[in-house]
Amino acid sequence: MIRLFAFLMMIAPAFAQETVVAGLSQTRVSITAQFEGSEILIYGAVKRNAPEPEGPPLQVIITAEGPAMPVMVRSKDRRFGLWVNTSAVQIDQAPSFYAIATTAPLAQILTGTEDLRHRISIPRAIRAVGVAAENLDAPAFTEALIRIREASGAYGLREGAVTLSQGTLFRADVALPANLTEGDYRVRIFLTRGGVVIDSLESTINVRKEGLERWLTNLARQQPLIYGLLSLLIAVVAGWAASAGFRLLRA
Amino acid sequence: MAAMQLYLPIAEVSVNIFVLLGLGGIVGFLSGMFGVGGGFLITPLLFFIGIPPAIAVATGANQVVASSVSGVLAHLRRRTVDFRMGLVLLAGGLAGSTLGIAVFARLSAAGQVDLLIQLSYVLFLGLIGALMLQESLRALRRTTRPGAKLRRRHEHLLVHRLPLKVKFRTSGLYISVIPPVCVGALVGFLAAIMGVGGGFIMVPAMIYLLGMPTKVVVGTSLFQIIFITGFTTVMHATTSFSVDMALALLLIIGGVIGAQIGAQAGLKLKAEQLRILLALLVLAVAAKIALDLLLQPAELYSLTPMRLP
Repeated sequence: MIRLFAFLMMIAPAFAQETVVAGLSQTRVSITAQFEGSEILIYGAVKRNAPEPEGPPLQVIITAEGPAMPVMVRSKDRRFGLWVNTSAVQIDQAPSFYAIATTAPLAQILTGTEDLRHRISIPRAIRAVGVAAENLDAPAFTEALIRIREASGAYGLREGAVTLSQGTLFRADVALPANLTEGDYRVRIFLTRGGVVIDSLESTINVRKEGLERWLTNLARQQPLIYGLLSLLIAVVAGWAASAGFRLLRA
Repeated sequence: MAAMQLYLPIAEVSVNIFVLLGLGGIVGFLSGMFGVGGGFLITPLLFFIGIPPAIAVATGANQVVASSVSGVLAHLRRRTVDFRMGLVLLAGGLAGSTLGIAVFARLSAAGQVDLLIQLSYVLFLGLIGALMLQESLRALRRTTRPGAKLRRRHEHLLVHRLPLKVKFRTSGLYISVIPPVCVGALVGFLAAIMGVGGGFIMVPAMIYLLGMPTKVVVGTSLFQIIFITGFTTVMHATTSFSVDMALALLLIIGGVIGAQIGAQAGLKLKAEQLRILLALLVLAVAAKIALDLLLQPAELYSLTPMRLP
């Protein structure tokens, strides 16, 4: 009995003793014509109802992800001397944007099982259920997706980008690029100890087009014929205006 | 100073304003000079700066409308547009284009539409470029050698033996409407498959198949391109929502100015020189696309986001 009690006392701090409280510098991003990207500050603190436990140090992982959508990944191969698309794999859901910031190298602060459960690392954040059955080289396609998106800056892992002071206060900046897709961006904050997630928090950044951008998008979607004819009208008027303008210049 | 970036509402990418104005200007210049819509140039250039392919094709068509209107007005004042011929070509063109759009949709469902587009670019641009270059070099040699025998103006080709003859006064032709309707339909069909206005096929077809004078060809080609690309723009806007008005506007501003300068520059060159330059340009684009098919790409994989409606 005493032994069991002692055991519980030992493992208890690993459970809900430490919780995370956090805030975002902004929860709404407006995409206007001049939109050049946005920097979001994510800050927070670790709340404890007991002194900081012994053992592996506390670590923080912050992820920010854009709306997920299916992606077709095609690969080229040589056929009759020409490079042509030979095979394709559809990835069910891939976030349009995915950024991870951590206090230390991800492999050291998160176990594989926990990663699988919470879908934290980039490969885990991509949902590719059933692609292995569709194509034997499916992992190569998922890797290609990650490689291309990392090269374009849409996906990124920044190890050590979260600063944690006195084991309590943390902060990180997440840069949203200029090529941003509209939608709800999910921000998640994880506290880990010894590779195990001990608490997490989720928040949303609302990314919306505003003003002219909003108006044009709605018109294109809801009144495509009017939008198409308006595009034509602009083209015709611009063509005429240039012609008339140049004639005046020469006259 | 701010980098002058603009976020494009439909493409959902941020691009530099001056890059777009410059692209529009270069393509507009060539358009005004040669009487081609420039779709075969603007579309690959937009891919290159990172605009999604579907949006590049549709918005490119919209830009071609503006530069063609600007160019046609310059030609109208010089009375170098054959309206009757333009309308006959257009009637065939719209029929061909409608058929082409249906075939295009069938092939994209089958998956190999990219290859088809690239191969038809290489084939048609290569063939037409080579033919034009050869012919215009020969013509140039003739004109620079005084006393050399000139080609007869009225050759009696097949076009003179068919029924339904119509007088095309501006072109100085009295021929059957059947060949122009067929040329229009063929060009409209290829234009829809390749996502372009079709000027680079139309111009040589008018010169070599219909025997029209080069000065009239440019204005008349531009006249019918306006309608073909206008039709394509509205089709794309209503079926795939892929016309980006902000992108189009910037390309247009650059394009219409370029087209005016191009039309002036075109007047200062001899018809043969104009044809040699166009032939070289067409061949350069064909060679670039052929190299893309023949050389191993740096990245073997490509992504196509599939937007849910």
